[in-house]
Amino acid sequence: MVGLVVVSHSAKAAEGICDVAAEMGSAEAEIVAAGGDEDGSIGTSAPRIQDAIEQARDDDGVVVLVDLGSAVMNTELAIEMLEAEDDDVRIADAPILEGTLNAAVNAAGSKATLESVVEAAEDAREYRKLN
Amino acid sequence: MADTETQREAVLAAIDAVAERLSAEKSYLTDLDSAIGDADHGANMSRGFGAVAEKTDELDGDIDDVVKTVGTTLISEVGGASGPLYGGSIMFASQELEGGITAETSVAFAEAYLDKVQDRGDAQIGSKTMVDALTPAVHTFKKSIEQDDLPPLTALAKAVDAAERGVNFTVPLKAKKGRASYLDWRSVGHQDPGATSTLFIMEELLDVASEHLEGETDVDATSPEAVEREAE
Repeated sequence: MVGLVVVSHSAKAAEGICDVAAEMGSAEAEIVAAGGDEDGSIGTSAPRIQDAIEQARDDDGVVVLVDLGSAVMNTELAIEMLEAEDDDVRIADAPILEGTLNAAVNAAGSKATLESVVEAAEDAREYRKLN
Repeated sequence: MADTETQREAVLAAIDAVAERLSAEKSYLTDLDSAIGDADHGANMSRGFGAVAEKTDELDGDIDDVVKTVGTTLISEVGGASGPLYGGSIMFASQELEGGITAETSVAFAEAYLDKVQDRGDAQIGSKTMVDALTPAVHTFKKSIEQDDLPPLTALAKAVDAAERGVNFTVPLKAKKGRASYLDWRSVGHQDPGATSTLFIMEELLDVASEHLEGETDVDATSPEAVEREAE
């Protein structure tokens, strides 16, 4: 199964997003929160993200959902430090909450692939909230 | 080229000097960062290099390994963007120092560091970031060594001077990257904290290099600007 990691500057936001996603009927999906910096305050931390990726990692790879700025940089660094094989860890370019929900629903499906989960997350970029 | 033991002593002395300087400048860097960022740059940099300085007893491998450990320690200690930008880039560039520190490997290290910072942060000159201090410094260093055949210390002094002008250049710019970019026009008129800490680190490197290379070169190591700052 494709694992998911949620990287936010806020540990609470990352955990909250995981909770919301888990409630969307996709409790089977492996979703790991990696919010906050090394001591849990506001920020992001490459070693924390690295641990979360390892925890979420299964045979089918991991998709990482990120919020802003350093979340992207620290995730890239975490992936480099893991020496991930052939794109087996991917960052989705998607809004973090909506992207995580979409990705979790997709990942729980029996036909999910790393590619399909990234696509599902990135589809969330197009969502309108008001008509 | 200085022998390996001198190089190691110089690197360890540089770690201590940078840690001390960033600790002394902690509140200044935090003030700069509270104007246009999230007010943690002073604390982050000071904590990060403080942690590296505490580790110097364990740093007894080859020069490139020692420098790599500086990077990995910063990554694990410094949250936010400074971890990957400073620590990640030092870690990446450390491979250029395999075989030790020479004028040639120093240029390669500096270029690799700049490339990684630019690539990771996706920042260009004029984005009001550390790249604005680093780019002129690295270009000046490379040109001084490779085109002008200047001694490494003179090249480094010129690079520090270029970095200082880069820091000043960040003041009137509108930020395009990082937290400061959310402030849009309100970021104009403030000096970039990352460019500033980059300058402080380089000033300490110059100081330590001057001390350790004394007697190895008959050329005046310090630029007039560096002497002036020293006197302050």
